[in-house]
Parts: sequence; structure tokens; C-alpha cells
Amino acid sequence: MAYKFQFRDVFAQQDAIVDGLVLTLQLSAGTIFFGFVIGTLVATLLVYAKPWARGAAHAYVEVIRNTPLIVQLFLIFFGLPAIGIKLDVITASVIALTINLTAYTAEIVRAGIESIPKSQIETGISLGLTGPQVFRHVVFLPALKNVYPSLTSQFVLMMLATSVVSQISTAELFHVGSIIQSRTFRDFEVYSVIAVLYLCLSLLLRGGFSICYRIFFRKS
Amino acid sequence: MIRELAFQDVLYLVLAMRWTIVLTLLALSGGGVIGLLIAACGASRHVALRTFARAYVGTVQGIPLLAWLFIFYFGLSIVGYNLPPWIAATIGFSIYAGAFLGEIWRGALISIPKTQWEAALAIGLTYIEQLRYVIIPQAIRVAIPPTVGFMVQLIKNTSLAAVIGFVELTREGQLTTAATFQPFAVYLIVAALYFSLCYPLTRYSRALERKRRVVH
Repeated sequence: MAYKFQFRDVFAQQDAIVDGLVLTLQLSAGTIFFGFVIGTLVATLLVYAKPWARGAAHAYVEVIRNTPLIVQLFLIFFGLPAIGIKLDVITASVIALTINLTAYTAEIVRAGIESIPKSQIETGISLGLTGPQVFRHVVFLPALKNVYPSLTSQFVLMMLATSVVSQISTAELFHVGSIIQSRTFRDFEVYSVIAVLYLCLSLLLRGGFSICYRIFFRKS
Repeated sequence: MIRELAFQDVLYLVLAMRWTIVLTLLALSGGGVIGLLIAACGASRHVALRTFARAYVGTVQGIPLLAWLFIFYFGLSIVGYNLPPWIAATIGFSIYAGAFLGEIWRGALISIPKTQWEAALAIGLTYIEQLRYVIIPQAIRVAIPPTVGFMVQLIKNTSLAAVIGFVELTREGQLTTAATFQPFAVYLIVAALYFSLCYPLTRYSRALERKRRVVH
């Protein structure tokens, strides 16, 4: 039996698809921003803080990295209301994704900070730089440069992982796909269009990150 | 009817872990075969094979795992196959794992210095013997720690199979929540069970990596 592909029903919903695409981009951008900022803070805790704070940060990173994102998401969206904290879907999605990405970012940036040899820091101090200056120019920026590839591929993976929040009915790209699928029953067509859109997004993101690398790090 | 969360529910959750483990092992064997092919192509001397490996890895890693699962679960019905969830999940996860394992193993193969190949050739080994006695034993030492690390990713990602109705740990958690209406307690238990599977592997992977560093 030959199957006739019909993309017309899918493309008729292009407005909904564009809305989903925009929400996916917003979710990714928000998550990457917060995940990077908080993750960097947690990374400095992992390296410099007092033992108890370091232990707490370490426990957080291990717990998040060893449990699935979807379970973290369900715990926040379905579990928290049971103990009196109610969140709307977008807030719950951003919180769950950020908590997840923060743990990975913290671990990557920590590895970067620890890759800076001690002699370089001593050189910085003997040149008369202040503590914050040493951290910024000698430790942090070179550390970021060292871990840039793994950091950005983590970001791309996170953009793809935003599809998981469709499971609590956040209206991002994947959820829009599911809605179109239930309306038109064009399963294969819908999901292949969605898949191609994600592929384009990840290629664009990778391209964008390598341009950023050239702008920020090649000159130095 | 809504009932209390009983010891039996916890027991069911613990038992559901075996399907998580089974799915991980299925994905690991399917992904292992694909991964070997991709690694062999990626480390090959032919540009066409290398391009193919790169395109495969790039495509698979550029599309969400959820989309792969849906494509195989819903999508293949159009060619007349109505796949049960566990087969759709196995195919989806194998394709996904194949890309990551292929990339890890390719890295291990090309990390072996060219002089090792030349030395093996110089003592008169054939191509297969070079691989069997010289290259692969060294490459395995490099490849095992990240492979164990990837197993942790795989265990966590099998949770997505719940979405197409494969009853593993996460799906069992959803079902228990529906019966007892205690999502907070249930998902905490589910998270703790995943942690008990993944954390030892994470530690093991790290220990292997340290040991390798000391040897070199």
C-alpha cells in the first residue's frame, strides 16, 4: 500500500508553528542566560567557597546531573502544588530548565577554572593586578575560552531539551506539533517538519556560537 | 478511586526500574552496533565515509530525542507497521545512542598516534591484526570512561519513553500519581531511584578516568 504524503494540512498551520518556534527560542534564550549566570556563580562556589558551601553546591550538581530532566520538571510542575507552591506552565518550565542547565554549566565552568595553572595566577599577582582583576583576566576569561566548545554544545543540547516541556503543555514548538498531529492525523508529516525545524535551529545556534567565539576570543 | 500511597506502590516503582534497565541495555546494544559503524566511518581514510559519519552524527544530535521517538512510534504506521512502544523506543534510542557512541569511539580511535599503526605494519601485521592487537586494545582504554558516562545519559533519557506509553520508571510514576494523587512524594521517589542507578555509574566513570590519567 503506497502512502501519499500530504504536507498541506501541516503547512496550513504555519502561524501556530511560528508561534511555537518563537516560544522555543524565548525559552532557550532565557534558560541559557540564567543557566550561564547562575552556573558560573555555582562554579565559583565549587572552587573557592568554604567546605560546607562547596559541599552543598557539589550535592546540588550531582543530584541534578544524575536524575532525568522530565522527572525534575514533573516534580516542579505537579509536585510543588501539592505542598502549596503553584506555578504556571511557563514559569515551571523556565525554572526546571534553568535548574537543570545550571548544574551542567557549573560543572563545565569549574573544570575550566581548574584548568588554569597556578603559576599563571601567581604571575598575575606579581604583575600587581588586584584580586578581582586576576580573577577576570587571568582565570575566568581564559577558563571560558578553554571550555567554550563543551559549554556551547551543552547550550545546543538544552535548546533541544526544551522540547521536553511540551509534556506539561507549554505551547512551544514540539507541543504545537502534537496539537497539529491530533487535529490532522498527519503524524509523519508533522513530526518530520518539526524535526527539520529543530535541526535548522541547532545548526543556526552552532553557527552563532562559533561567530561569537571569533568575536570574543580570537583577538586575544 | 483515590487511595493512599502504600508500601506496595513503592515496590511497584522499584520493580519498574527493571524496564528502565532493559531499555537501556537494548539501546546500548543497538546503539553499539550503529556506533561501531559510525566510528569506523568517521576514522576512515575515505572522505565520503567521514562525511557520512559527520552528517549522521550532526543530524541525530540536532533533533530532539522526543522527535525521534515520535517519528518511529507514529511515523512508521504509515508504511503499514504499527510498532509497539518498546520496539519504537528501542529503534529511537539506538539511533540516538549510535550517534553519541560513534562520536566517542571515533575520538578514541583517532587518539591513537599514527606511529602505532606504522609500528604494527612494520612488524608485519595485516590490517585486521593491526586493529586487533595494537589499536583496539589501546583505544578501549580511552573509550571506556566516556562510554560509562554516556550510559548515565542514556538511563536518564529512557525516561522520555514514558511519553509514547512504554511503562518504565517514569511512566510507572505517572500511573502511581494518577492513582494516589501524591505527585510530590511519588516523583521524589522516582528521582531517588534514578539517582541510585546513575550515581554509582557516574562515580565509576570518574574513577576509570582518573586511573587512565595515572597510567599515562
